[in-house]
Amino acid sequence: MQDTLLEMRSITKTFPGVKALDNVSLKVRTGEIHAICGENGAGKSTLMKVLSGVYPAGSYEGEIHYDGTLAEFRDIADSESRGIIIIHQELALVPLLSIAENLFLGNENAKAGVIDWRDTNRRTEKLLRKVGLRDAPTTQVEKLGVGKQQLVEIAKALAKDVRLLILDEPTSALSESDSQALLDLMLELKAQGMTQIIISHKLNEVRRVADTVTVIRDGHSVSSFDASEGITEDRIVRDMVGRSMENRYPARTPQIGARIMRVADWSVYHPEHADRQVISNVSFDVRAGEVVGIAGLMGAGRTELAMSIFGQSWGRNITGTVEMHGAPVDTSTVSRAIDVGLAYVTEDRKSLGLILDDTVTRNITLANLGAVARGAVLNERAETQVAEKYRKDLGIRTPGVFQKVVNLSGGNQQKVVLSKWLFAGPEVLILDEPTRGIDVGAKYEIYGLINDLAAAGKGVVMISSEMPELLGMCDRIYVMNEGAFVGEMPASEASQERIMSLIVNE
Amino acid sequence: MSVAENSSERAGGSGRIGAYLAAHLREYGLLFALIAIMAFFQIVTGGTLLKPINLTNLLLQNSYIVIMALGMLIVIVAGHIDLSVGSVMGFIGALAAVMIVNWDMSIGVTMATCIVVGALIGGAQGYWIAYWKIPSFIVTLAGMLVFRGLSLWLLEGQSVGPFPREFQVIATGFVPDILPGGEVMKGLLDARNFNVLAFAMGIVAASWVVWSGLRQRAHNKAYGIEDEPRAFFVARTAIIAFALVFILYKLATFRGLPNVLLTMGVLTIVYAFITERTVLGRRIYALGGNEKAAKLSGIKTERLTFLAFVNMGILAAIAGLVFAARLNTATPKAGFALELDVIAAVFIGGASMSGGVGKIVGAVVGAFLMGVLNNGMSIMGIGIDYQQMIKGLVLLAAVIFDVYNKKKG
Ligand SMILES: Nc1ncnc2c1ncn2[C@@H]1O[C@H](COP(=O)(O)OP(=O)(O)OP(=O)(O)O)[C@@H](O)[C@H]1O
Ligand SMILES: [Mg+2]
Repeated sequence: MQDTLLEMRSITKTFPGVKALDNVSLKVRTGEIHAICGENGAGKSTLMKVLSGVYPAGSYEGEIHYDGTLAEFRDIADSESRGIIIIHQELALVPLLSIAENLFLGNENAKAGVIDWRDTNRRTEKLLRKVGLRDAPTTQVEKLGVGKQQLVEIAKALAKDVRLLILDEPTSALSESDSQALLDLMLELKAQGMTQIIISHKLNEVRRVADTVTVIRDGHSVSSFDASEGITEDRIVRDMVGRSMENRYPARTPQIGARIMRVADWSVYHPEHADRQVISNVSFDVRAGEVVGIAGLMGAGRTELAMSIFGQSWGRNITGTVEMHGAPVDTSTVSRAIDVGLAYVTEDRKSLGLILDDTVTRNITLANLGAVARGAVLNERAETQVAEKYRKDLGIRTPGVFQKVVNLSGGNQQKVVLSKWLFAGPEVLILDEPTRGIDVGAKYEIYGLINDLAAAGKGVVMISSEMPELLGMCDRIYVMNEGAFVGEMPASEASQERIMSLIVNE
Repeated sequence: MSVAENSSERAGGSGRIGAYLAAHLREYGLLFALIAIMAFFQIVTGGTLLKPINLTNLLLQNSYIVIMALGMLIVIVAGHIDLSVGSVMGFIGALAAVMIVNWDMSIGVTMATCIVVGALIGGAQGYWIAYWKIPSFIVTLAGMLVFRGLSLWLLEGQSVGPFPREFQVIATGFVPDILPGGEVMKGLLDARNFNVLAFAMGIVAASWVVWSGLRQRAHNKAYGIEDEPRAFFVARTAIIAFALVFILYKLATFRGLPNVLLTMGVLTIVYAFITERTVLGRRIYALGGNEKAAKLSGIKTERLTFLAFVNMGILAAIAGLVFAARLNTATPKAGFALELDVIAAVFIGGASMSGGVGKIVGAVVGAFLMGVLNNGMSIMGIGIDYQQMIKGLVLLAAVIFDVYNKKKG
């Protein structure tokens, strides 16, 4: 049964100015879960796009052997007809359509053009049960959380005749428990004989589900090993970055000074449902040189809290006060919030953080154009220098700062967003899931940058769903649940169990 | 990806030129299309197209389209559209006619009032679009009907004119030749007339194109920005410089530098500078590229949208004055369907429907491309029916080319 389902041989793919894949090979056996690991920009997503026909035959070099024959896919429909289904890094559901409509989009269950809704809904229910969802088929996708949306994506794949399921970073936007549910589902599908490929930066997950791991570095496949040789995080990291990493979090001796920011009695209502209070009476403070964490489950209201403070970018009927250095300040618009020294790095880089069609340079300088202009006139030289500096400091992988960010890999896009806000020179930097979709090596670099900011006497607020990250980085942790703070503790007293028990007890 | 490898690859020869050409196909394509179309009409009209008198006419005929295209480009880059400009232009022309001809008001007061009214109209539409988030398509569609109606009402369905001479010169006058040597040149070239100022402007403009091109190249080199292959740079710069000298030379041998050309030239330079080199311009592109991200970067997106429409109103008013002065009367039908020409010019010039993309120079070239088509086909005696069809197809082709280019790239 352990025969080869897929073999990609010496795949080479070039974009103008970039060799994304150089002689990469991949061998996937029938019925296994195969993990692909590698740093940001290593070429993982590109390899999967080659496989699924996003980049059609002829636009790359090398051969794909699938199910015993040479495959030359012209487009996605072509590869789908052979049972290869890819779920991309960015979700691709139509938010305003129902689950059922999404599942059968382009594949409608119709007779002579008329959709048979009864049958569609019945089949949808069956598929949803397979992925462990209990929502009605008529529920609008928009109303589901990201975790459930990810499961709907899988159900959609199951609606087609899937033999090889590819998941590109499926858990990067999911909470701990949603991730677990998804991994369980993967194992269950494997038990039913389905072959799967997963791309992930969460190595503990890889260890848990993968039968074989292939590591790609700089567009080359560097190693491939399976459970018999032992899949350990250390081994993966070593192959990914070319050296072993002793610590996941750089050391720092906190030097905590006076209070910089204080938020008091912050309450916010939902922008559409005016009577729904989303944040109630939250108070917290940030000191100079301090990294403050906000822990909580997805949907606890952490993003809403941050965005409502940052220029009232979310919610309405906002009440409460923000003080900087002891004096109340006005943060009612984003530019005022920036002026008093705040910055907010969004968790949703694609739709809220970046201008995708613009260059790296233009994205980095956008929040602080005054600093690269004389009067109203931009100084392109200064701009380029700034961009080059951040490219070096953060190790942004791009052929040049004049590359459009849409062409960067996910993790490198995140570094561009970070650069933008570092350049704005804030006193308090609010980071919302700052390491989402970022590889281990780059995470370490970003933690280092956070430490540097703290060492320079700035305050950092870190929102994260990855508890080890909060425990490893923060000096003090607030716990948030259902829109309110339910606990606060110094890092020395914090533990995953203690935080969870505070959340559950509420 | 490997950056090191890729830079060594870059040093390699012909692939690089191909890649550069592919990335900038749109810009070269536009320039090439304009030249090809001009050459075509020059031949089939037996040389009429580039006769000094026709060139002068061509510039005058298209001036108001070009002026409005400047504003429309900004509106479209910001992610909106303005369907009302034709009507607004007609309305302002009507207002000018009524004020000057019927109410005997002074030209200065009339022009100032018209421009303020244009700004107010733009502001009134922009207010709903920016602060109430009503789609610009709807608001300006309403505006198109309202101002068409208002012109009719103001003119009581009649044509009003003619204007006094001093008003007409806005559109039909020429800048007096303040430089010496005209007589000498006239004799030398055996021409009926020679306007030294116009010719000098041609030389100055051409030199500026060469100089700024070289400067940009030096800057690119210093910062390692992908560079245009030398042959392309030389060819492109030479063509543009030559064209400028040639056109102004032709104008010089006729009546010189038209006032509107000066207006148009100055406005184009000012708007190109604002959009490409200033903080304000950058913010407009950011707004069109991703409104939410722009807003979260501290950009006052509502105010910027509002101002884009105020600006459009002002430019529509200027165009209205030029148009009325050129026709020497205001008619209720003035500016009818003109918004479509303006919008087409902007899209032919490479702007994107989804916002964030497009250049002032592109829009201006797009406008002239349409103008040459109009003018050439009229000289050939092609009926208005075919003219419309051909213009429509050209617009479609330009946009298809864009989309195809983007897909492939
Ligand atoms: N359309 C494109 N044009 C130019 N370069 C591209 C394009 N798509 C990808 N690249 C480049 O190819 C390289 C590989 O990108 P890819 O998206 O495959 O990385 P990845 O391994 O999936 O990274 P991540 O973990 O950050 O998602 C990157 O350097 C990226 O900049
Ligand atoms: Mg990827």
